[in-house]
Amino acid sequence: MPEEMKVGCARPTGGPVGEEQPQARPEETGGAELSAKREGGAMIKLGRKAPDFVAPAYHQGKFVSVKLSEYLGKWIVLCFYPGDFTFV
Amino acid sequence: MSMDSVFVHKIWNEVEISKMVSGGVPFAMLSDAGGRVGSLYDVYDIDAGVDTRGRFIIDPDGVIQGYEVLTPPVGRNVLETLRQIQAFQLVRQSKGAEATPSGWRPGKPTLKPGPDLVGRVWETWKTSMAFD
Repeated sequence: MPEEMKVGCARPTGGPVGEEQPQARPEETGGAELSAKREGGAMIKLGRKAPDFVAPAYHQGKFVSVKLSEYLGKWIVLCFYPGDFTFV
Repeated sequence: MSMDSVFVHKIWNEVEISKMVSGGVPFAMLSDAGGRVGSLYDVYDIDAGVDTRGRFIIDPDGVIQGYEVLTPPVGRNVLETLRQIQAFQLVRQSKGAEATPSGWRPGKPTLKPGPDLVGRVWETWKTSMAFD
């Protein structure tokens, strides 16, 4: 699925794709709308669409471009962490 | 996903991760330049300039079903993440007819929410089930 990238000297970057897609899915969340606290309006809400993004990635020997929405149809675990070579 | 470049991801995988996990990281190691995606998901710490330890479970429709965010010194629990995914998969498969009570793991009883269950959860779910 992810497209292989040609990598030059510039560091590849990515970012958000399109706009927010607020689509409530009350049947599976019991109507819960617990929002992450954020000044100026929450973007992340349980039961709402995950914001789409494109990001460069290293995957098993290759540099690829990953788009979240390409994984529709699968369960996704998206993990953020402070940095490579941090300890935990 | 961290703010490191894909180049740093490659070297970290080579010099360290591959010594912990046979074959190295099996999934894509994403690069979040400038914390733009972390900001989008509200896990970017603007003071520290890093993404905090956020973990999101996204279902096949692209809907966020759960998240957990921890500050840098405390790591996450992979088994708990897998347990939650298994629970969400069961709920999805039952089209919401079943729910997984506290302490549920695959094989343990589920609840079937409805008028008959009101006030009678105690008959099928025992407190000890949250801890075994």
